[in-house]
Amino acid sequence: MTELILRRLALGLVTVWMVSVIIFMGIEALPGDACTAFLERDAQGEVLERCREQLGLNQSATQRYLAWATGALQGDLGVSANGNTTIAAEVALRVKNSILLAAGALSVGVPLAIFLGVFTGLWRDKFPDIFFSTGAIFAMTIPEFVAATIITLIFSIWLGLFPAVVLTPADAPPLDFFPEFVPAAIVLTLVMVAHIMRMVRSSVIEVMTSDYIQMAQLKGVPYWQMVFRHALPSALLPAINIVALTIAWLLGGVVVVEVVFNYPGLGRMMIDAISDRDLPVIQAIAILVAATYVGINLLADLLTILLNPRMRTQHLRRK
Amino acid sequence: MSVGAPSRAQARPSLLRRWGTVFYDVLSRPSGAIGVALVLTHVLMALFSPWLAPFDYKAMDSGLILSGPSPEHWLGTDHLGRDVWTRVMLGGREALLVCGVATPIAVLWGGMVGVWLGLRGGWPDEIVMRAVDAFLALPGILPLMVLVVIFGTGNEVLIPTLAFFFGIPVIRVVRAAAQTVVARDFVLAARARGHPQRQIIRRELLPNVLDVLLVEGAMRLSWMLLTFSSLSFLGFGVSEPTPDWGLMINDARTFMSLAPWGVLGPMIALSSLIIGVNLMADALGKALGIDRAGKAVL
Amino acid sequence: MSDTPIIDIQNLSIGFTGRSGATLPVLRDVSLSIRAGESIGLVGESGSGKSTLALAAMGFLKGGLRKLSGRVCFRGDDMFARSRDELETIRGGRLGLIPQNSGQALTPTMRIGTQLKEALRLHCLSVPTEQHQEVAHNLLAQVRLPDPNVILQRFPHELSGGQQQRVAIAMALAGEPEALLLDEPTTGLDVTTQAHILQLLNDLAAERNMAMLYVSHDLGVIARSCARVAVMYAGQIVLDGPATEVLRTPSHPYPKGLLASIPRLGDRRLPVALEGRPPPPGGDGEGCAYAPRCPLAEVRCSEAPPHPVPDSLGGIVRCFRAADTLHASMDHGRHEPVHHSPDGQPALSLKDISLSYRSLGLIDRMRGVSEPVPTVDDIDLTIARGETLGLVGESGSGKSTILKAIAGLLPPRAGNICVADEINLPPVVEKRTPEQLRRIQMIFQNPDESLNPRQTIAEIIAQPLRLYDRLDGQALHDRSVALLETVRLSAHYMDRLPSQLSGGEKQRVAVARAFAAEPEIVLCDEVTSALDVSVQAAVLDLLNDLKCSQNTTYVFVSHDLAVVRALSDRVAVLYQGRLCEYGPTEHVYGDVSHPYTDILLGAVLEPDPDTAPKLCAEDVVELSPPALGCPFQRRCPRRLGAICDQQVPPWQEGADGHMIRCHIPREELCIDTQAQTAAE
Repeated sequence: MTELILRRLALGLVTVWMVSVIIFMGIEALPGDACTAFLERDAQGEVLERCREQLGLNQSATQRYLAWATGALQGDLGVSANGNTTIAAEVALRVKNSILLAAGALSVGVPLAIFLGVFTGLWRDKFPDIFFSTGAIFAMTIPEFVAATIITLIFSIWLGLFPAVVLTPADAPPLDFFPEFVPAAIVLTLVMVAHIMRMVRSSVIEVMTSDYIQMAQLKGVPYWQMVFRHALPSALLPAINIVALTIAWLLGGVVVVEVVFNYPGLGRMMIDAISDRDLPVIQAIAILVAATYVGINLLADLLTILLNPRMRTQHLRRK
Repeated sequence: MSVGAPSRAQARPSLLRRWGTVFYDVLSRPSGAIGVALVLTHVLMALFSPWLAPFDYKAMDSGLILSGPSPEHWLGTDHLGRDVWTRVMLGGREALLVCGVATPIAVLWGGMVGVWLGLRGGWPDEIVMRAVDAFLALPGILPLMVLVVIFGTGNEVLIPTLAFFFGIPVIRVVRAAAQTVVARDFVLAARARGHPQRQIIRRELLPNVLDVLLVEGAMRLSWMLLTFSSLSFLGFGVSEPTPDWGLMINDARTFMSLAPWGVLGPMIALSSLIIGVNLMADALGKALGIDRAGKAVL
Repeated sequence: MSDTPIIDIQNLSIGFTGRSGATLPVLRDVSLSIRAGESIGLVGESGSGKSTLALAAMGFLKGGLRKLSGRVCFRGDDMFARSRDELETIRGGRLGLIPQNSGQALTPTMRIGTQLKEALRLHCLSVPTEQHQEVAHNLLAQVRLPDPNVILQRFPHELSGGQQQRVAIAMALAGEPEALLLDEPTTGLDVTTQAHILQLLNDLAAERNMAMLYVSHDLGVIARSCARVAVMYAGQIVLDGPATEVLRTPSHPYPKGLLASIPRLGDRRLPVALEGRPPPPGGDGEGCAYAPRCPLAEVRCSEAPPHPVPDSLGGIVRCFRAADTLHASMDHGRHEPVHHSPDGQPALSLKDISLSYRSLGLIDRMRGVSEPVPTVDDIDLTIARGETLGLVGESGSGKSTILKAIAGLLPPRAGNICVADEINLPPVVEKRTPEQLRRIQMIFQNPDESLNPRQTIAEIIAQPLRLYDRLDGQALHDRSVALLETVRLSAHYMDRLPSQLSGGEKQRVAVARAFAAEPEIVLCDEVTSALDVSVQAAVLDLLNDLKCSQNTTYVFVSHDLAVVRALSDRVAVLYQGRLCEYGPTEHVYGDVSHPYTDILLGAVLEPDPDTAPKLCAEDVVELSPPALGCPFQRRCPRRLGAICDQQVPPWQEGADGHMIRCHIPREELCIDTQAQTAAE
């Protein structure tokens, strides 16, 4: 068991390392460097030299990669291209805000999605299923900015319940974002619920048509006992992975929603950095988001292995 | 798809019949029929809108800024006094062109790599799959935006970029599908007879992963349309004055409290296209016995 | 006990709505009743509706099916008229089901103990909850599971197939049932395990006076357990009578043909195949459903359906010609297979082959992990040209692994494979020349897996022709048609897809594809085990004909000893990847044999009510072969002692090259002496 966990952990580390190489090489492959990109037309003479000095661009690529990687491991993400902002501090603020938004969406979304998934799966092809499943297709497929626009139209413009955009500064305490962040959370919840619900629904349907559920019926197990004790433990296992993916998505890249609602999270920071062509910041955010993604998926995999008796012993046996 | 060898002629009736049945199955599902109808409408509109549009999409009428729907301007005018209905009709052309070209490329290259990895296994598989994992861990839209900022928003940038990044998840799906085929006895039988790898891929593997490839293509198309419109909504895609739904929604949002109808046209057009592609993909998947709902799509 | 039946099925019809909207029946006018303590067998080929009938007896219909007419009564009340609560009380309680595949029918996320206790809580209200643990323990002991306490803590997938089946039985017993329905209770288990499970069920039935309904495609299983047998064909019971009648002198042509198609252990002759194929489920013809395949059919048979009538032997039969059937012989097609006298020319020899699926990775090797014990070891066999070598053994004995090695799909860890003129074959298929490849062809177990579902029959057969003979165009077409004809399929199959063929037809296509290469050696991997019995005989007959006309050498792998007997010149017995015995067929099946061969032969279930299997060894499943000594040491009923654990037994040679590998002297291996030892 520990061997398995260690192996997965090593695999995750390899992936994160590969991400860092890909990001670094990708940025290296771009024409020019962080300074010419950031300064654009002003990139000449003394200004350019000073900038390169500050960012340490005069060193070789290998040296810079090593410096960046060791720094990142110690929590030092370098300085932004303007030379005076410490990236780590700014990122920490934004991450806090992104977590706030994610937590808001998850706390409502996950239970709701699982409930709806089980409900529609059990009442497959009946009216409520058709209703919610169709709704889910809409929520999943329409672009986030369309959903966001509709929400703004309804809640902010027509009903006037919430402000259309968030005006609270990024470094405000979490409670200050309430209720401004509600429309953004609603949009994220909608998309998330649709995905998780559809997955849970098809998993429930698959389990409910399995041999052992038919057998449970033929053993005379009462319906709800069959659902809760025989079906759901298997049917909800795959939900762990999709919930993990959703969390990773919420923490790493809700660019569109954050832009629409002007919410000061990581996604907004990312897009601002791209607009400013601030390559050091882009690099830092990319590695952070990728590491989060790998970490959360790793946790989900381990959790699935722990909870699924079949996988648990298979892994044991392989040793 | 040129899967077949010369003497495919004998094979045609049965396989054609199969595709006929699949097509019929797709159309006989409500979701499939609606999906196909929506996509068809959009494709026809994209093809013929230059001749059908009532106004010039660039023509501004400073006297009619943000006017409401009228018999002349069905969907009103925008903040520059341009006819919204005209721009809605033309607004999907770029998206359909770029995604219509990039999706097949993405599915083809991703599919080829996936099939090869599924058959080959071993260390190349290990290495490529780690790289695929690494790419999938990146926030999806970030590399696209960076490339657009540096290289510009032309189609010669967007098409290869989208095709490259959307091919990566295809590798993973197709590889998994190929692995299940490789484990089956008919591939083993072909190996035991001593067919070269090329023939095994072409005759045994490809025909059996074709279904997955098709459904994957349809799904990827819908995600790509979504990404494309998000890019232009964020200002990293199509630039003015070319009409594009994403861009139009972003423009109209600013004046939403004054002229809420401005966002509706492009929103309905864009959503109906993406929903149409999705419904079609869904129905195709069900007709072919591949249920994508159970798999994570993020 | 009163004489009223426990389960009484009256004129039951069940059907589904087809694509066209018409109602298609799966069961048609079925009547069957089961009394207390009675054991009834329900036989039929796949698709005959037998499982549907068993489930209907519990008031359960699979999705899409519905009751059209008739009644299913349990203790006098219609199951389909009962409320959900009532059904929940009866199911798993007074009426138990043993499912076909217990591995899939046990809930994977619940421990065995939890599931057993759930059954007790639901159905065994007389026992207080505190005692459930103890009762569960006793139930597992009753189904003869070793270490009940350990098993209670296990999850289903941690048990072997036989153990899972026993757990399922224990679970049914928990409800103290009056009647048990058994849906293919031993299908998929090894012969030895199967014999033990059936013995257990028979004992339990006698102890508890339970009524049993055995559903099986295997007449051997039915013969072993049932006093009365009902035969199903196309959703109807065509014959319902005493086991002695149905299994010896049936008055319906279908069971008569079925009996003739089964290979027998005691009969070297090839069985006769049933012609044609059963109608698709839901098919509803004008007359008797069997008429198109019936050798005795007359005009009236296809005009009106026959009604059930009593026959002279105490059964009820649906046939106009029941009286004639009794005297008709359908066995005349049974014939001796042609056996070549080996001319001494070796076609294939395996020299000290050792095989392993898992090789150590770099990391393991660095850590100093020792090589695993090979899956297959020390195989030394020579097969003469034109000879058929049968390879027998339980699942996991390495039979198929050896075929894979010969085909070059699994390179041996040690040893050589040589074909005819003393060339050492390269171990991997990629290194072999086209000429070497052509000489060895393989036929796989399941044609659904071995034929590409996306290729037409023409393309499938063209593969070897294009590869080895570079045929194209008309020549390719002509040769393909000729090949199809040799496997008795007509040219219009050419542009069909495999899914449009029946199981037997598909396997014949696979045979044609193998023979397209004009091979010298054909490897047959359980080629008939995925087929219905009636079809199996046709494939065996075909293989035998091809062998005669082409002088092919077969390596024939099967777990079915009767099939091997019918086809093989020589037989090799494998246990855990090691040879125990090999030699001419009549010697291996004769009196002097290895203890393991004895057990295998003793466990075979013959479709004859009077032959009882002998049970000798424990049916424990061993996961890996022992590193030392005799491979069979742990299960051997005649184990001598330490010598068996430590020393590899010597080969003892008898007449005609009959070799036995055992420490027990050859003279004492005779069956008679064994009987004596057993008596002591």
